[in-house]
Amino acid sequence: MSINRRQFFRLAGVTAVLGIGGASVLEALTGKGEASSSQTPRFTTDPKGITGKRFGFAIDVGKLKTDEDYQKCFRACNDIHNIPEFGNPKDEVKWIWKDSYEHTFPTVTEDQIMNKELREKQFILLCNHCEQPACVRVCPTQATYKRPDGIVMQDMHRCIGCRFCMAACPFGARSFNYRDPRGKDANGMPFIKKENPQFPTRMIGVVEKCTLCYERLAVGLLPACAEVSNGAIVFGDLGDPNSEVRKVIESSYTIRRKPELGTQPSIYYVIGGRE
Amino acid sequence: MNNAWKIVIGVVIGFVAVFGFPFYYNLGKANVAPKLKYDTPAILEYEKEHGKKECVEPKEFMAKEHMQLLNTWRDEVVRYGQRIYVNSRGESFHISLQNTCLNCHSNKKEFCDKCHNYLAVNPYCFSCHIVPKEKQS
Repeated sequence: MSINRRQFFRLAGVTAVLGIGGASVLEALTGKGEASSSQTPRFTTDPKGITGKRFGFAIDVGKLKTDEDYQKCFRACNDIHNIPEFGNPKDEVKWIWKDSYEHTFPTVTEDQIMNKELREKQFILLCNHCEQPACVRVCPTQATYKRPDGIVMQDMHRCIGCRFCMAACPFGARSFNYRDPRGKDANGMPFIKKENPQFPTRMIGVVEKCTLCYERLAVGLLPACAEVSNGAIVFGDLGDPNSEVRKVIESSYTIRRKPELGTQPSIYYVIGGRE
Repeated sequence: MNNAWKIVIGVVIGFVAVFGFPFYYNLGKANVAPKLKYDTPAILEYEKEHGKKECVEPKEFMAKEHMQLLNTWRDEVVRYGQRIYVNSRGESFHISLQNTCLNCHSNKKEFCDKCHNYLAVNPYCFSCHIVPKEKQS
């Protein structure tokens, strides 16, 4: 006997309901859907880690007097992060470096007459960990992104080396690995003088920059440059009104690099008013 | 032209002999699964302390799924800042390829490379992550 259209739909509906329900009944009977005796693996943060809403620096320019004061900070960073030295400014990889007043604050140099000492000063430069980072907006793979604690992070695993971020960054804080950082120069000397086995190197074709020592913050250590700076670099949470860095900024005269671009840099330069 | 079938048979035998050569040459030789070494100083010390050798997860899981585990580890640390892994036995580990995995498995040539070469896979973990200096066990 053949079935009519209405009977067919009814049968199909009942079969489908049974099929869906059947699977869950079967699972409950065999106990497959339940958790087994061992617990499911999970992930946590290190309780020693430093947390915050918006990490930043207040760099007290007056406390950096001799060249050694600068080099100490640079060495601390370069040694920890396996930064290669290519001996060629075109290929240079830099996370922290220094430059003149005109290059650091190019948009305020219309002042023809100004404090002589300041004009001749060298300034420590690094990634500004902007509140509105231009590099993050242009990254096509989200290899660079803003962490909830304010760090502009660089995920070397995802970077495809397109260098959009380098074009977008108004501070020149990003470097491209034009050469293999693990390679050797013409004299057979490795570009990374002494490898830190605790931290990875990078490979040819990725962009890198300062990561505000996220790996040190996670275990409760201060950023390397701040640690060795004798108080010249104050690290802290700009989002916490009681933090030391906020007090330093609020009690002194500070300037930031290219604030008119609206990226809201988190690195403040203390140039006066702090006792 | 009465011997055409002999020629055909000869050609077939010749063809099998020549093109089958790689197969019977390697008969019984290839496909021997690599034996991994678990005798680094760190592993032996762990065995002395705990009475057994074990990884962060059971051996069978690690052999089959270590790449997924490492991918998850990478994402949790780099993307979400979660640096501690609590395994199915409830033990905690600091997540790090360089400082946790390779601390025990300090014999990359006898461990990682053995299987990877056998399976002709070429993971690029170690273009950035530093391999510890091989300690001869």
